[in-house]
Amino acid sequence: MTKWNYKGIKAKDLPKGAVIPEGGTAADYETGGWRTKHPVLDKEKCINCLFCYAFCPDSSVIVENGKVVGFDLKHCKGCGICAFECPKDAINMEDE
Amino acid sequence: MARVEAITGNVAVAEAMRAVEPDVIGVYPITPQTIIVEAYAEYVAQGEVGTEFVAAESEHSAMSICVGAAAAGARTMTCTSSQGLALMWEELYIAAGLRLPIVMFDVNRSLSAPINIHCDHSDTMGARDSGWIQIFSENAQEAYDNFIQAVRIAEHPDVMLPVMVMMDGFVISHSIQRVELLDEDKVKKFVGEWKPDYPLLDADHPVTWGSFDGLGGFYFEYKKEQYDALQRAKDVSQEVAKEYAKLSGREYGLFEKYKMDDAEVAIVAAGSTAGTAKTVVDTYRQNGIKAGLIKIRLYRPFPAEEMVEALSGLKAAAVLDRSPGYDVLGGPIFQDIQSALYQSGTSVPLVNYIYGLGGRDVLVSHIEKAYEDILNVAKTGKVDKKVDYLGLKE
Amino acid sequence: MVATLKELAAKEDKLSPGHRLCAGCGASVVARMILNASTLPVVVASATGCMEVSTTIFPYTSWRSSFIHNAFENSGATMSGVEAAYRALKRKGKMKDEFNFVAFGGDGGTFDIGLQSLSGAFERGHRMLYVCYDNEAYMNTGIQRSGATPMGAWTTTSEVGKKQAGKIQHRKDLTGIMAAHGGYVAQASPSNWRDLVKKAEKAFAFDGPSFINVLAPCPRGWRFPSEQTIEFARLAVETCYWPLFEVEGGKYKINVKPKTKKPVTEWLKPQGRFKHLFKDVNADKLDELQKFVDDQWDRLLALESACRLD
Ligand code: SF4
Ligand code: SF4
Repeated sequence: MTKWNYKGIKAKDLPKGAVIPEGGTAADYETGGWRTKHPVLDKEKCINCLFCYAFCPDSSVIVENGKVVGFDLKHCKGCGICAFECPKDAINMEDE
Repeated sequence: MARVEAITGNVAVAEAMRAVEPDVIGVYPITPQTIIVEAYAEYVAQGEVGTEFVAAESEHSAMSICVGAAAAGARTMTCTSSQGLALMWEELYIAAGLRLPIVMFDVNRSLSAPINIHCDHSDTMGARDSGWIQIFSENAQEAYDNFIQAVRIAEHPDVMLPVMVMMDGFVISHSIQRVELLDEDKVKKFVGEWKPDYPLLDADHPVTWGSFDGLGGFYFEYKKEQYDALQRAKDVSQEVAKEYAKLSGREYGLFEKYKMDDAEVAIVAAGSTAGTAKTVVDTYRQNGIKAGLIKIRLYRPFPAEEMVEALSGLKAAAVLDRSPGYDVLGGPIFQDIQSALYQSGTSVPLVNYIYGLGGRDVLVSHIEKAYEDILNVAKTGKVDKKVDYLGLKE
Repeated sequence: MVATLKELAAKEDKLSPGHRLCAGCGASVVARMILNASTLPVVVASATGCMEVSTTIFPYTSWRSSFIHNAFENSGATMSGVEAAYRALKRKGKMKDEFNFVAFGGDGGTFDIGLQSLSGAFERGHRMLYVCYDNEAYMNTGIQRSGATPMGAWTTTSEVGKKQAGKIQHRKDLTGIMAAHGGYVAQASPSNWRDLVKKAEKAFAFDGPSFINVLAPCPRGWRFPSEQTIEFARLAVETCYWPLFEVEGGKYKINVKPKTKKPVTEWLKPQGRFKHLFKDVNADKLDELQKFVDDQWDRLLALESACRLD
């Protein structure tokens, strides 16, 4: 969560020159609603090559300790790159 | 100790720059401003200043460099003229919209075509509604003094806007005049250290500059706040001027009133012409004629109320514009003054003269012609020609 | 040593999700890879374009590092100013932090309107990495031709009709233009992530200006399904349409030499923007494109071997 309180921001509180005074606030903005399909991981098949992580345009492949543990469905746009690029067919795109 | 030197306007500006010693200068050469750039490059080469001097590949880039440097947290300056200022056009609006306190010197020169390197105020006038503060100087001393004060006005928390200071090309920029230069450490103390609110160069506090104002955003509100900040610059300029007077003994108002107390007719002019006009006023005064002069200093924001007050009661006045007004309503300064008078319900018979374009000599006889005309208007109460020209060849 | 994906994944991305780029956009893959290769904090500049508008919609920013957008044609100059400020403040002892400086521009902002600004920044030698994410047209304004659009491609300003089959001219060799400036210059593709990360690391280690031209396939403008973004980047490399090479100290080095050079039609055919080229009337266009690719590749091989001579 952001520290800068911009929810319901009023004109008088706007930072000078439209500066956004904090980094990464877009993480609060959810793009998951754009999806028509979502990725589903088959852990049995996955070899943790992390290609899916590397090629995701939306930083939505969650990696913990070098292993894929799932997808950030708040942000994943369902582009299907992870599934297409997976060398082991460990990701399946399923309808929403 | 302040020292007195015989130097050109351009060197006076370079001296002011050196005294302030900004962090970054992004600049590109153009006549008649080039000597400022050359002088500063010399200070850099001699190790006299710690400024990062970036010799850009165009004025558009020079101002883009200034925008980047100022957003990064550096005190930033530049200077230009004419086509250079025109090429910066896009960036002028961005610098003002981002509320970056960049300080620029514009050595006034005409705009092409035909190409002409001499003085008029067309370049500055093209930028009068870009959101920059604009300050005219009559001579080298004023150029020096105004440039130093501009730093404080720009960086004032109630303002936070870029400032453009002007002097006439060649007439002032290249002529040797007596200039009193302040001690550099006193100037540094006067401008103080610059502490920006949101510098890019702060690894612990990342910030985003130049964000996109999406649909339903705040563009309108930002512009209103920018307008308010520009208006606040009027009072701030006077606070700064008072403080500067303590340091230098030279006080600057919003504009200068010369022999206006009992004046019946007056001329309003900007730049070096005001100097010539003063001698004309003196001659009239010797002959018992109540002539006066108002010299524009702070042009943006325009001190409308104060101007109306200074003009009210005159029997007639002439406004001299050193830039072509392409519509029937006259030159830009004239239009400002006419609007100000109209809005306040004050009626002063007013005539406008376009003069001195492309460096056309401004002669005493031209100014006398203007005074003769308004003396006649004062007598008859009738204005024959609202907008006229001085010094046009037959 | 090039960072492994495991190492990269252990760090928080410098570009946060929640940006509004299209699903499957190649540009954000490129930006993520480049930025994550920096071990220092970065300051980012971007020219106006898809990436800039989509990542900075107030009050949302995807940049977890400091970021500046100034205008369209001046990402190079803007970053010059930031880097100059860094030098000045360092010298005056007013700042302790260390940074890498990265400027992004699309092909419109780099090949066309921003070329002068980039050239100036390079000549002045600012320590910055300029990355062109080349999606081969003005995508932000709705797919108009640029100096990077390949011959024959349909765009909304290089139309297909009775008298014209897409763009008439070939693309310009921007990477070659930048190589002529000196500094560190490379061409890369997100499909070859290791090569791309390595080039970014080299650029960050270089004490001067560097430039990487990265192909950034655009599902919307190229007309292909969003899951194939990386595949189109890969095919561009495998057909030698988009050779991976670098120029260091004036020396050319080709980083990837496909064992068999696939015909360029393998890259062209599945893209909707080249559909018309596969009608019989346009057969000569396909030949010309293949020749363009072959000449480009041969020239590169010659440059590489010429550089090996001394
Ligand atoms: S690409 Fe496939 S195999 Fe590789 S980590 Fe992702 S899911 Fe696992
Ligand atoms: S579908 Fe696309 S956005 Fe979603 S996780 Fe896979 S690559 Fe990322």
